[in-house]
Amino acid sequence: MTADPRGVLTGVHFLDGDHAACEGALAAGCRFVAGYPITPSTEVVERFAGRIPLVGGVFIQMEDELAASIAILGAAWGGQKVMTVTSGPGLSLMMEHLGFAAITETPCVFIDVQRGGPSTGLPTLPAQADMMQVKWGSHGDYQVIALCPSSPQECFDLTIRAFNLAETWRAPVFVMMDEVVGHMTEKVVIPEASAIEVVERRWTSKAPGQYRPYEPTPDGVPEMVRAGDGYRIHITGLTHDERGYPAMNPQHQDRLIRRLNDKIRKAGEALVDVREDQCEGAEVLVVSYGITSRVASAAVRSAREKGIRVGHARLVIAWPFPRDRIRALASGVRGVVVPELNLGQMVQEVERSIPAGVPVLPVDHAGGTVHDPDAILQRILEAAR
Amino acid sequence: MAGNGTSRKARGTVFVRPELCKGCDYCIEFCPTDCLEFSPNFNAKGYHYPTLARPEDCTGCGLCGLYCPDFAIFGMRFQEIEAMRERLMARTQNEGGTPK
Amino acid sequence: MSETTPLEDPNLAIQPPLDNPVMSFLRQERMPHIWCPGCGIGTTVNCFTRALTDAGVGLDRLAIVSGIGCTGRVAGYLNLDSFHTTHGRAIPFATGLKLARPELEVVVYSGDGDLFAIGGNHFLHAARRNQDLMVVCVNNFTYGMTGGQLAPTTPEGASQTTAPFGNFEAPMSLPYIAEAAGAVFVARWTVYHVRQLARTFKEAFRRKGFRFIEILAPCPTLFLRRNRLGDGVDGVRVYKERSVIRDGADTRTIGLGMEGEIVVGTFVDRPRPTWLEAMDAYYQKVFGDRYRPVGGGSHVEG
Repeated sequence: MTADPRGVLTGVHFLDGDHAACEGALAAGCRFVAGYPITPSTEVVERFAGRIPLVGGVFIQMEDELAASIAILGAAWGGQKVMTVTSGPGLSLMMEHLGFAAITETPCVFIDVQRGGPSTGLPTLPAQADMMQVKWGSHGDYQVIALCPSSPQECFDLTIRAFNLAETWRAPVFVMMDEVVGHMTEKVVIPEASAIEVVERRWTSKAPGQYRPYEPTPDGVPEMVRAGDGYRIHITGLTHDERGYPAMNPQHQDRLIRRLNDKIRKAGEALVDVREDQCEGAEVLVVSYGITSRVASAAVRSAREKGIRVGHARLVIAWPFPRDRIRALASGVRGVVVPELNLGQMVQEVERSIPAGVPVLPVDHAGGTVHDPDAILQRILEAAR
Repeated sequence: MAGNGTSRKARGTVFVRPELCKGCDYCIEFCPTDCLEFSPNFNAKGYHYPTLARPEDCTGCGLCGLYCPDFAIFGMRFQEIEAMRERLMARTQNEGGTPK
Repeated sequence: MSETTPLEDPNLAIQPPLDNPVMSFLRQERMPHIWCPGCGIGTTVNCFTRALTDAGVGLDRLAIVSGIGCTGRVAGYLNLDSFHTTHGRAIPFATGLKLARPELEVVVYSGDGDLFAIGGNHFLHAARRNQDLMVVCVNNFTYGMTGGQLAPTTPEGASQTTAPFGNFEAPMSLPYIAEAAGAVFVARWTVYHVRQLARTFKEAFRRKGFRFIEILAPCPTLFLRRNRLGDGVDGVRVYKERSVIRDGADTRTIGLGMEGEIVVGTFVDRPRPTWLEAMDAYYQKVFGDRYRPVGGGSHVEG
């Protein structure tokens, strides 16, 4: 189906990434946002608070990020498409509800506008150092989907996609922005509502009595209902059976946790999005994501001017990590260069994905600004030797 | 009723599901007419459960059911039971079926 | 079936389908429940379900939200749309649920540790905003599920596993906090007061806004026994002896200790607009007809 025109601000705009992400959420049908102010993400909810009275929905500023991150899950079970927005310290507080969203299979979108950390760190300056936290920060085995926009236009487009993926897979989906992409202002084209594809919730057609909240469909994802429709569901963060009732034993743990992970891990091409630029026949492969992709592109151009065949693979979906695709792209290259605004996070995924013997050259950075393209270029040259 | 020389007559009764009882004693302790006692028998979990020791004193007030934390006992007035029975009769006659 | 108290009365020509009236509200396949012998939580559930019948609450439009702990299990036993959430966060979950679907009646049912220690801040702000929630706190003065640790309500002097020589902290008086934070309806009963409690639930169902009901309940396993106060029934007997009904009592004066009066009753009953009503009214003033209430405004009267 296509977007509800009430939420779509069709036209050509000059927006920063935070505002564009908000418009993406509205276009995707998000009608409930709970937030807590935190730099550099607050503009997303500020815009939502201003827009929602005329669109029809709720914005509520909660008392902290724990509250914000579970208010949205309550609202999802009330039938809404939901989102919360935060940055490092707030993200740390949201970890418990990331796990609750995963085990209860509640569709929800988190926007994380990354800043320098740990702790209060660099509130107004960029980093990409939450990449591992979103994947591993909550306890237990779970999967997330994480998208990495590198421009305000992508903040709009990928936020819509985040909502669609959340509904399709009934899993928490992250939009991994950073301070630079959040505050950079560029042209953003918002299409007609009829041109925006929107995924509806996987509502069950079964009657109360026939419906079981955690009975998987063939792709491993159960159908959903909302509170108040007579199904009398029970939803718990405890390990549960297909009825949703607590079932705390090794057999149910194995069945539930494998299904929760496999529905994402075994989704295959549906959850792979690597944008490839001249990767065919490359001697060096650069793997990048988010804002760093833009800086890396400059380095890649310079290297090509020097006659080096450089392929550039940009991860639009960083989680689940496209292990097979990266392995295929890396076979036959002399080295893989991985620039990122942290001291080495996604590079570990690259390392364990590629064939033995191919050197991996990280271009790490503690954050606070973007890379100097020359630092990436030097690593490309090193890899090519 | 007991003190004024007339013979006592039960106005209601209690119903017990012994298997749910955990022997907490709430119903016996707080019964306004003191008509319940622990059964000498045990349920499967080893608890003594309540029994209507003095049925003539039971008013069917239902307080035991409101107290019972294990949903193992409840009381009803005979009037209520009779009303239920009549409703059931009416329903089965309307449906043309036979009462169970 | 017992020898003297059968479910089927042989004197009746037609056997009515006699079952405990509470059973129709429970997920019977999950009985017996996990609560200890003499635990008062089940008693509060009886009173709650009695009020559902008496107040004529539409069960398909009623949702119940619990946090973590012994009382946190109530949601799982009631045959309603029920949510067993994370520790301390039942109120913000319920806030989201209610605002997403305002026609729901949402009840939060949880314990003192869950609602007032880890979840205390959420309680304050939901009361301040007057979210349209009924919040039921079963206060057993301890952390039952984890084995009897110090709670924010543990009276001074009481022994707990993490206060092995007795509690020297000042406990929280829950009705006082609720009134100060802005709740529109505040009551306290004990599990001894089953009829009053059922009536208070019913009254609370007939009101809107942030309604708070504290229920004192014995935890025989981890509070009473440890403090040599006997079994559950002894605990309830003490409630009977120490309680004084004082509707409208000044909530500043009704703190609880190991001894002394237990003041019960309805202390606060003062309507004011809920968060959603306030938002609707405000935005209607700002935007006029252009304002679009959530869900098309099915909750907006008139």
